[in-house]
Amino acid sequence: MNKLMRQFLPFASLILIICALSALKPDTFLTRDNFLNVLRRSSVNGIIAVGMTSVIISAGIDLSVGSMLALCGMVGAYSMIAVGGADPQAGALVLGTIVGVITGLICGFLNGVLITKLKLQPFIVTLGTMSAFRGISYVMNDGEAYYVSAYKYLGEGILPLWKTFKTTPTGEEIEVLHGIPVSVLIFIVIIAVASFILKYTRLGRYTYAIGSNRQSAFHAGVNVDRNLICIYTFTGLLVGIAAMIAASRTASAQPTAGIALELDIIAAVVIGGASLAGGRGTITGTIIGTLLISFLRNGCTLLGISTNVQLIVIGGIIIAAVAVDQLARSRAEAGRTGS
Amino acid sequence: MTAVNQKDKSLSGDVALRMRGISKRFGPVQALLDVGLTVRSGTVHALVGENGAGKSTLVKILAGVEQPDSGTIEIYRRPYTFDRPEQALAVGISMIYQDLDLAEHLTVAENVFLGNEPRGYLPFTVDCKTMVKKTVELAKSFNFDIDPTAIVSELSAGDCQIVEIIKALARKASIIIMDEPTSSLPEAEVEGLFAVIKRLQKKGISIIYISHRLEELIGLADEITVLRDGKVVHCESVTKLDIPQIVRYMVGRELKEFFPARDVKIGDVRVSVDGLSSDNGISDISFDICAGEIIGMAGLVGAGRTEIAQAIFGVDKKTSGSVMLDNKKLSINSPADAISYGIALLTEDRKRTGLCLELPCSWNITLPNLVAIGMKRIIRPARENRIVERIGSRIAIKWLGPEAPVRSLSGGNQQKLLIARWLLAESKFMIFDEPTRGIDVGAKKEVYTLLNKLAEQGKAILFISSELPELFGISDRILVVRRGRLVGNLTTKETSQEAVMHLAAVEEK
Repeated sequence: MNKLMRQFLPFASLILIICALSALKPDTFLTRDNFLNVLRRSSVNGIIAVGMTSVIISAGIDLSVGSMLALCGMVGAYSMIAVGGADPQAGALVLGTIVGVITGLICGFLNGVLITKLKLQPFIVTLGTMSAFRGISYVMNDGEAYYVSAYKYLGEGILPLWKTFKTTPTGEEIEVLHGIPVSVLIFIVIIAVASFILKYTRLGRYTYAIGSNRQSAFHAGVNVDRNLICIYTFTGLLVGIAAMIAASRTASAQPTAGIALELDIIAAVVIGGASLAGGRGTITGTIIGTLLISFLRNGCTLLGISTNVQLIVIGGIIIAAVAVDQLARSRAEAGRTGS
Repeated sequence: MTAVNQKDKSLSGDVALRMRGISKRFGPVQALLDVGLTVRSGTVHALVGENGAGKSTLVKILAGVEQPDSGTIEIYRRPYTFDRPEQALAVGISMIYQDLDLAEHLTVAENVFLGNEPRGYLPFTVDCKTMVKKTVELAKSFNFDIDPTAIVSELSAGDCQIVEIIKALARKASIIIMDEPTSSLPEAEVEGLFAVIKRLQKKGISIIYISHRLEELIGLADEITVLRDGKVVHCESVTKLDIPQIVRYMVGRELKEFFPARDVKIGDVRVSVDGLSSDNGISDISFDICAGEIIGMAGLVGAGRTEIAQAIFGVDKKTSGSVMLDNKKLSINSPADAISYGIALLTEDRKRTGLCLELPCSWNITLPNLVAIGMKRIIRPARENRIVERIGSRIAIKWLGPEAPVRSLSGGNQQKLLIARWLLAESKFMIFDEPTRGIDVGAKKEVYTLLNKLAEQGKAILFISSELPELFGISDRILVVRRGRLVGNLTTKETSQEAVMHLAAVEEK
């Protein structure tokens, strides 16, 4: 009940924003293209936010996701070009994608090992790897991007469900495919998998336990180190997937991709009700948080509000969301404790 | 008001505090109903009752932390209402919480004047010299021996308590509330605290003293108020009461057989610890435990009892020695290993190393048992809840249901929940480290009964406690630990509390 209430607020705000924008800009906002566009954009941030949720539930933080996104994209695109030449095709693209995703996995594993084996704070370790990953991304091609013009499917492709016909001005009939964007589909699959892991597996259960009280979890026989490494590796894997989608959207890998992305991601997770102190958070909440930020950005753009002002709005929302959540919690607490 | 003046009042037994008709309701729970409390100046007034009886709520109202629904508070005959703790502080009411809230990294003097610092000559500065000087003066006037420049985290538990008391005195407290002041204090420092309380009394300061350790009230307190279910059931001078009577008032029945009779057949050796040493200060520990046997472990705080448990359970690194269970040598490198062999450790500090407070009761119970209940790969919440409910009702945990967060349970029920965890694990060898600390009399008796039942089932039980009466009440043998070594292995029936205390406390030449 309490849990429902906590998620209700971000959810209600999301609906409110959508309704308000629909009323203000019915012709530009309330179109299928615009919605699909927002969802496509959300999928990159959302996939990373799913990983970040598990990290934050374990009372950790991963500041390196933005740099990792750039690095995975660069390594992936480099492999495509190295294997397939200047204009790589299908086989090379698939291979490069796999390499990019594995790069994320390795980066995440590295974070996890440094945190657990050197017994360092996640904040410090990932602050360091944030800088290092970014540096490697710049070094790879002297600060230049890699362009892979044929790499479009993950970012722009759709899974066709139905088709319509459109008459061109020249009188020809052409076929138009409609369906779910591939990136959104991947996002949905990842949501399902991650929700399942958090709710129905020991790894998920241990994540909450470690975040709530690491010492208690250890004394109850939880292998804290192994589980933390799993969590950071899982997050790295998701960043790898998100990186390849992001690269595919622009058909290129930029070393400057994802600068300050970690802040947006953490904001989405926190708006979704997770606690930076650990032990609390849900995938559903994170999805709502991600969509909230995406629609807000989209709406601001449609309303002609500059990106600079958007930053102020989003900052306000983060603080308001956490403040309201805190208030609700202290009320619930006061109602519970007796003598 | 001068000290002389206060002294006069204490002689005439003037009333320092009178609370009347205090009622307070939290949602559906009537925490207090028409409660009155009268404390005379310069006396120690004990406030006792089981967990949940309303003691904490009552003193929180007095300290301005909670606001009563009805009722009045008079201090030296003047009525007050407190909306905030600062208002209570301002009229001389100071509360010392069970888990002292000192700033660990600051010095004694800085803590004493925290939030109340003397101003320096320049704006926004603190006059450190005056702070230290005043702390010394206060300490001197009450005969405390404490270095005002020491860092609090380096002080003993007893000294921290003294810092809290000086802090209260610096705010000119006339009434000091102490919530379970001895619960975290080593035996040796308890006497020191009592001496301090006597000195405070002489200066006309009144003490409201909350404790679960009834023995210590006799001789310390002047009067006693017993609360039960949010109502005052008895108020009398302590000299006219004895412990069984107080217990009867607290629980509404006399606990005649406080320690359940033990009639257990002792079987073969199940656990055999041989030459155990660890990197945490214990060396060459050897003992056996037979099936059905409860072995008590006595020793002063810091003697190494908890460390022995931690070495067995894989929390600390073993440097030598072995642990055998049912004639099998175990290789334990982590709690996970220990649990897989069927060893359980109920840790001494349930909040720090036992529970995940925000998480549901059911999750806390199944945390070490997911593999054992067949949920190695996939957790089935409905089945999990059924299992948890069954085990919960078996030992009568009072909760709002398995989904409720552990935080919402009382201390005694939190402890039962942790015991339920290890019952579910069906452990063969169970180590209980201070299982009755900070829980009320009724819950204590339930824990004793449970320990007996587990022994009856043939489990090997190691029971660590700082309270000699309970060690003698339920264990078959008592091991005594001093400075990380085993200095005694005694049969309970053939020894005395004095003998155990002597072994634990006195260094042999």
